[in-house]
Formats: sequence, C-alpha cells, structure tokens
Amino acid sequence: MRPFEYVSPTNKEQVATLLGEYGSILAGGTDLLALMKDDVVAPQRLVNIKHIDQLRGVTYQPGNGLRVGALTTIAEFAEDANVRRVYPVLADAAHEVASPQIRNLATIGGNMCQRPRCWYFRNGIGLMAKTPDGKSMVLEGDNRYAAILGNAGPAYFVSPSTLAPVLIALGAKIRLYSAKAAGSGVRELPLEEFFVIPKSEHELEHDLKPGEMVIEIVVPPPSQNLKAASYEVRQRAAFDWPLAQASAALEMDGSTVKSARVVLGHVAPIPWISPEAAQALVGKSISPETAMVAANAAVAQAKPLSHNKYKITLAKAAVKRAILGAAGQSTGGAA
Amino acid sequence: MKDDPTRKPETTSGVSRRDFMKISGVGVALPLVLGPKMVEAAGEEVAVHGPGKVPVALTVNGKKLSAQLEPRVTLLDALRDNFDLTGAKRVCDRGVCGACTVLMDGKTVYACAVLAIDAQGKNITTIEGLAKGDALTPVMQAFVAHDAQQCGFCTPGFIVATTHFLEQHPNPNAEDIRRGLSGNYCRCGTYNGIRAVALAKPEGRAS
Repeated sequence: MRPFEYVSPTNKEQVATLLGEYGSILAGGTDLLALMKDDVVAPQRLVNIKHIDQLRGVTYQPGNGLRVGALTTIAEFAEDANVRRVYPVLADAAHEVASPQIRNLATIGGNMCQRPRCWYFRNGIGLMAKTPDGKSMVLEGDNRYAAILGNAGPAYFVSPSTLAPVLIALGAKIRLYSAKAAGSGVRELPLEEFFVIPKSEHELEHDLKPGEMVIEIVVPPPSQNLKAASYEVRQRAAFDWPLAQASAALEMDGSTVKSARVVLGHVAPIPWISPEAAQALVGKSISPETAMVAANAAVAQAKPLSHNKYKITLAKAAVKRAILGAAGQSTGGAA
Repeated sequence: MKDDPTRKPETTSGVSRRDFMKISGVGVALPLVLGPKMVEAAGEEVAVHGPGKVPVALTVNGKKLSAQLEPRVTLLDALRDNFDLTGAKRVCDRGVCGACTVLMDGKTVYACAVLAIDAQGKNITTIEGLAKGDALTPVMQAFVAHDAQQCGFCTPGFIVATTHFLEQHPNPNAEDIRRGLSGNYCRCGTYNGIRAVALAKPEGRAS
C-alpha cells in the first residue's frame, strides 16, 4: 500500500474540503483497503468518516419509512428490529452479504459505493481494459462473469452490490451531501439513478460529484399489499458474490398483481430494472408459469458474450424464484 | 538449537527483523513532538496524520500498547510486527480468508481490513487474549478433541471466530454453523472437525 495522509473529521461539513482532489472516503474499508493494497487506487489522503455521528442510526416512522445512516454496518442493518419487522426481505439480503467479519465492518454507504469485482479492473488494468491495439480485453478474453444486459460497451463489468437491487425494488432513495454543493448541499435521488454505466475510463460507475458523500438511504414505508423477495444464484452457498440475482416487489390486489418491480443484479454494469418482467406480471396471479413468462421477458434483450451465455439461464431462474418467493410459493430450488 | 554454532543468525548484525522495526520506530519519534499538521475545514482545525510515522495507541487483550506507525499499517501488521502478537495470521491480506480474525469491541473482524490508526479507542482481543497463560480454553480443547486442524495455519482465526459464534449462538444447528463460520477458510479441509467443535458447544471463553 502506498503512503497516505489520514484525517478523522467529526462533522460532514468538513469532508469535501478534506477530500480535496486526491482523497478518498474511508468508512468500513473492506473494499477500499484491498483496492489500495493491489494499487488499483492510490488516494493521497483517507478521510475517515466514522467519527461523524450524523451519519449513524436506523430509524423507522410509519409515515416516512426507513432512514438508514450511511455508517450503519451491514450487521447492524441485518439485525435492526425495524428492518426485520418491516422489510424482512432487506434483512435477509443483508444477512447474505459476504461473511460475518465483513458485515461487522462494511457499511451501507460503502456497499453502494463498492467497486466492481471485474478481474481486469482488480488487476489494475482498468474498468474498460483494452488490449494494446484498442480492443476490449473483456470481449477478447475470459468474460464468464461479465454483463449480459446493458453491455453495449465499453463497460462489461457487473454491478457488485446485492443490497442495491432489493432497495431499488422497494423504491429506495439515496441522499448525498457535499458542503461545496449549492443550497443545503443535500442531493436526493432514486437509488437506481445513483448507478450509471460509464462511457470512458475516466468516469465512475456512481453518480458521485467530487467532494460528495453518501449520507443516508431512505426506503418508503411498504404498503399492506406488498410482497417482496430476492434470490441469488451463487457458485458457493456463502461468502460469494452471486452469478445472478433478482429482487421482486409485488403490489397485490387480492390474488392478482397490481404493479410490480423486478430488479436484476450481477447481470449489467448497473442494477438492472426490468419493466418487461414487471409488465408481464400485471393483472396476473402468481404461478410457476406466470413467473416463467416474466423471467423470459427479463432476459429477452440479453446479449451474451463469448463465455457467459449460461448467465442468461441463471438470471431467468433468479427472476422466477424471486417472484415465486415474493408470493410465498415454493421456488423449486434451495432457498 | 540455540547453541548450534552452524545455525545462521537471523541477520548479519545480530538484530532480528522485529528488533530492527522497533529500533527504527524509536528513531523517528523525536520530530513528532511537534504534533500533527493541522488543516482548516469548515471553520475547524483538523489534524492530518502521516504519511510518515505517527503515534498509535491500541488496547489489545486489555493492555495499552503504543508504537510509531504509518497510517497505512494495518491492525494485523501492527499486532504481528510491532507487538509480537503473531497468533493472527497474514494469509490473503484481502479480507477473505479469515486467518487474521480478531475481536474488535467484541465483534469478529479481519485485522487485515482495519488500519491500526483506525483501531485506536477499540478493545482488540486476539487469540492470545482468549487463553490465560498456557491453559487452553474450552473451544481450543474441543479443536484438539475433534481433530479440527491439520496444518494449523487457519486455526487461530477459526478459534476466535468459533468462540464468538458460540457466544452468539449457544445452541447452533448445522445451518447456523455453516453460515456463522463462513468467513474462515481451511485449505486442508478440516471443516467437518470444526463443525463437530461447534456442535459440541464447548462453553466459556476463559480457560
């Protein structure tokens, strides 16, 4: 790891100034320190935000929903009484993140900001690794874990967060702050808009302006008729990023679906909202057959690369099982 | 072995690597009397530490320990290189394998994923802090009884993780164990023995 300066401010107004041009925010550090050890990133200063108490705490109000401070650890989030009671799907998904040791350090804000697992990126070749003659290394090389949707290029990595698809399915918003921004400095946007597909090596996969930080995730209160579930297909049962993930949130009207939100993870450079899958469910009652129609719709536009056609099958299974799981039906696979 | 005249000394100067690191730590302590550089942010002075060595004070196994460390030194490297606490092992150094598992304020963490400077003010417990003297804890004894190690390199991390897991889950089932101990790898594949340890529910942290 290269040497760096270290600062620990106690209020969020100080962060943007301290970050300057070459600083990075340190929260849980589980991703950042590994990236620094591999020399993928080399910030000249780390701004440790863990002493900023304004960024802590989970609160729930029936009228306003759930507010999750960016510094909430994944373990705290998974064990939070309100999260477990009101959004069991979120608690379950958080309980599946990485390992106990990681969940005790890693934060919700950091989970949103974690960098892709793409092995070209992790080896320091770049998010859009190119061969000397300008071809995409991902297209030319081993792309078994790369994107099957949103992969027009030059980005082929997949979005790593497993909490983001669930949060997006539930309509979550993300709140960002920079003391250098206009007005209150707070910017609130639907969580899906926080994730962007970069067009060049110099762009990030997050809509974070210089000096900006994640301060809070807000999840609206669930309606009484909401049914939600998430399903991850993994190589290993625990401590692994999924090969494909799907989160489904169904607004029911009796036994039929009034409206739906289906979000796929690990299939595209961003959490991938599928309006096609959602539309296929509207007005239907949930059965293995209707869930399969939605699953097929979710991947209808998928374009496999040379080594990842299997991910289409896995993504379909994830969508089908998330929908069946949301409806409380047997998913036909290991839970 | 100690008196074997053919045995090569660790270094030609007779100073071990660890001693050298301690000596070099003292060597740069003097200029730091001046204190850290301060910068102004949002109307307040904030101390800037590093990139050179700065004083770092840790509480490990109930003892106050201090050293001069660069901010980039991880808790794991500080424990091993500065405080002679080599029970936590440095294997992947990327927060994956679990061999460096320690307790921080009572929760399991990977010591390689925490900066030493960031662990100040926390209560750190290493494998050395679980046992009193040479007596094994009940969990350690169970690792022996159930043959839950082969090469032994993952064992300290597994024992810290298992000890904490059993405190949180006094009556675990097989699925609890699989999930609760998923943050530690054993490349010899002694998982069945470790599962047997957890199912045997050895009680108590103290020896």
